[in-house]
Amino acid sequence: MKRTFGQIAFLFAALLIAAECGASIIKVKPAPNAIHNAIAKARTGDTVVIMKGTYKEHEITVRKRLVLTGNSFPVIDGENKYQLFLIQCDSVIIRGLQIQNVGKASMTDMAGIKVINAKGVIVDNNKFINNTFGVYLQNAAFCSVSNNIIHSDFKDEINGGNGIHAWRSDHLSISGNIISGQRDGIYFEFVTESKIISNRSFGNARYGLHFMFSHNDTYTKNTFNDNGAGVAVMYSHGVNMYDNEFIHNWGDASYGLLLKEITDSRITRNRFIKNTIGLHMEGTTRVDVRQNLFQDNGWAARVQASCSGSNFIQNNFIGNSFDVATNGTMMLNNFDSNYWDKYDGYDLNKNNVGDVPYYPVSVYSVVTEKIPSAMILYHSLLTDIMDQVEKVLPTIIPDKLRDDHPLMKKIKL
Amino acid sequence: MISITHLTKTFGKFKALDDVTLHFERGTTISLLGPNGSGKTTLIKSILGLVIPEKGSIIIDGDEIRSNVSYRSRIGYMPQIGRYPENMTIKQVIDMIKEMRKECTVYDNELINGFGLTAIQHKTMRSLSGGTRQKVSACLAFLFSPDIYILDEPTAGLDPLSSELLKEKIRKERAKGKLFLITSHVLSDLDDITSHIVYLQDGKVMFYNEVDELKRSTGENKLNKVIATIMQEDLLIDATY
Amino acid sequence: MLHTDMKTIVKYILLDLFKNKTILVYTFILAVLAVSVLSMSGNSSKGLLSLLNITLLFVPIISILFATIYFFNSMEFIELLLAQSVRRKTMILAEYCGVASALSIAYLLGVGLPSVLLNYSPASITLIFSGIFLTLIFTAIALLIFVVFKDKTKGIGAAIITALFFTLLFDGLLLSFIYSFSEYPIDKPLLGLISFNPVDLGRILVLLQLDVAVMMGYSGALFKEFMGSVIGSVYTLGCMSLWVLIPLAASVRKFKRKDL
Repeated sequence: MKRTFGQIAFLFAALLIAAECGASIIKVKPAPNAIHNAIAKARTGDTVVIMKGTYKEHEITVRKRLVLTGNSFPVIDGENKYQLFLIQCDSVIIRGLQIQNVGKASMTDMAGIKVINAKGVIVDNNKFINNTFGVYLQNAAFCSVSNNIIHSDFKDEINGGNGIHAWRSDHLSISGNIISGQRDGIYFEFVTESKIISNRSFGNARYGLHFMFSHNDTYTKNTFNDNGAGVAVMYSHGVNMYDNEFIHNWGDASYGLLLKEITDSRITRNRFIKNTIGLHMEGTTRVDVRQNLFQDNGWAARVQASCSGSNFIQNNFIGNSFDVATNGTMMLNNFDSNYWDKYDGYDLNKNNVGDVPYYPVSVYSVVTEKIPSAMILYHSLLTDIMDQVEKVLPTIIPDKLRDDHPLMKKIKL
Repeated sequence: MISITHLTKTFGKFKALDDVTLHFERGTTISLLGPNGSGKTTLIKSILGLVIPEKGSIIIDGDEIRSNVSYRSRIGYMPQIGRYPENMTIKQVIDMIKEMRKECTVYDNELINGFGLTAIQHKTMRSLSGGTRQKVSACLAFLFSPDIYILDEPTAGLDPLSSELLKEKIRKERAKGKLFLITSHVLSDLDDITSHIVYLQDGKVMFYNEVDELKRSTGENKLNKVIATIMQEDLLIDATY
Repeated sequence: MLHTDMKTIVKYILLDLFKNKTILVYTFILAVLAVSVLSMSGNSSKGLLSLLNITLLFVPIISILFATIYFFNSMEFIELLLAQSVRRKTMILAEYCGVASALSIAYLLGVGLPSVLLNYSPASITLIFSGIFLTLIFTAIALLIFVVFKDKTKGIGAAIITALFFTLLFDGLLLSFIYSFSEYPIDKPLLGLISFNPVDLGRILVLLQLDVAVMMGYSGALFKEFMGSVIGSVYTLGCMSLWVLIPLAASVRKFKRKDL
């Protein structure tokens, strides 16, 4: 229901714009306070066209419903001291600007475009260069942030800000953005009923995507690669993650996807490739992991004993150093009908299902979960032999952690 | 030429040489005789410096052997078991030894020719019979015309013809004033070339005498008979105690 | 004199060893494994990891066993050469150099050449470097075994036990050490303990060059930081060298007084 309400709101906004098509167009050329003056002059519904050039203006507050358009990406420069646009009105559109050098402050989060208490704001096709925060949404609803390029050269996690930051918002649509070099690529806190589609978030200092207390959100077709710690999804329910790629998040504590306290969510058709830990699950309940590809990860899936009721079904596990690791002896999750490249069982009746179960946890991974220092013996003859012996005489590994129907062939995904 | 005084060597509790004092002169052929474990091999290894004795000294031409290893270049040694790196050819073995003795430029090739080794010089050591390997060992010992020859069981693996050839060579060299130390257990083999006999037992020298002298005193003509007679006398003496 | 004698002996030992079947088979098997592993696994890091496992498994055991047997079989030959006024030190070092270079060349041809041709990277170079060092180390240990033991059978037994100790048993003890002291900060002591096993040292040296290093967690990071530093590199190189030099020096010392 909420979603349809959102669509109606958008339509309504669009109709308003169309109705006032005759509204005037104000052109702005570089001059002191040119943009400020133009906005002050403009009436609701006007379009302000900012011409090519550099504008050293800041604290540009928009309290009217305006369209701000850049002509050949005019540069709005915050001189590393100031924040730039503050949108406090519904249905404002900002596009085609290059917004750069927003400053830092300890008291306020300084952003290129900050939307506060507004609905239906559209931020698209802008470039954000070296800003603390790129787009900052606070108490926003039905806003769209799309096709922006957000990049920062700060390599500092503590001082950096997020590419797209959203707080206490709902019905957002974040799509087609390319975000890199920020602290977190996309940050959601208390954001509900929103969609994150086809973004690329890479090379960020901390997380490519970071969200907490954000329920019923959907993430599809995004690519998260080479982020300091991958993607973290925490304290939320009703999260849908489809068709995303988590690639090469490689480092001491990097995750393709970190799930913490997540309930009733679906992880489907994602690709986890070459991450230190592909999928880390902690305290999750009823998470459905289906038809994903786990390839060349250090640990494909690390499922802590605090997880329950989750299903791993029809996933491909290929070329991972460790398929599954767990820290306890209990396993309340279900592994079934996956393809494991390490499976060396047989299939006498040729139904493409192995006749003996597969135990995806190796002894060595059990040991290293308990004592991480034991990783120092990685790739030694001893650990290889330990795993071979365990295959013959299973004693340490959790008995319940097994796939009774391991597939003989890769699933086509 | 070789003076051995109070030579003692023990392996653990086992006394291999017990206060041995001997003196060998040029132009003699000395047979070292004795049962297994009597100390023959230990004695020649001591002279070669392969075994290091605890007590006593070995002096060759006035030089104590421990002070310098160069005396060994004046010894031609033929070991009991001739084992060589398997894939070396006869030629390579001979060449190698020649390279190690650069100071010597005149080679005594008489045995090499006599045994016909040149014809098979490209055969590897692995492919040779025990007898042929013995021949190689013999050739190496004679190659540099040394002053002293130490031959450990030289005729053990040789065919009668080669054995005769070797003995002939020994006779010839001795005539030039060389010293021969030969261990052997086949006594009759050495009959005609031996001038002196050293008999060892339990690391002690039982007797050291000229062959002619021994023959005279025992009234026997064959070397093994000579030995047998002496041993019997010893037993008799032992029995009287 | 010492120098020329040594050269001569090494030359002839090498002439012998290059026709030795075991050396040829060893080279061939290494080459087949290396080529197949490197060309089959699509990603280079994985191929190198398999090659590392092959190196850690084969090099110590083959080096020590082959060298021990070869040294014992050369006993009479050594005696013969010593009787030619070759000095004992020269003799024993020449034997070592001959066998160690033959095995190293076998490794270079078997593993080195394929990995340089098919997968040239700093990690490959480190792997070759470790493999060569392991060859030198285990040949040196074999020499010590040869000098210490009189009996060939006992010597071979000792060689097998030594190889097993370093490839397997040591790590078992290390694991139980880690297990018993897991409550304490043991990462730094671990760094020291690893130095006592050349096989572990070689393994970690290569792993640190590969991106799987991050999987070794905190200890791995510590190792990387240490071994990546100048002091660390010198230390590692020093450890490996000591593993060659100490058995060698001990062998020479003991051999000088040995009764043959």
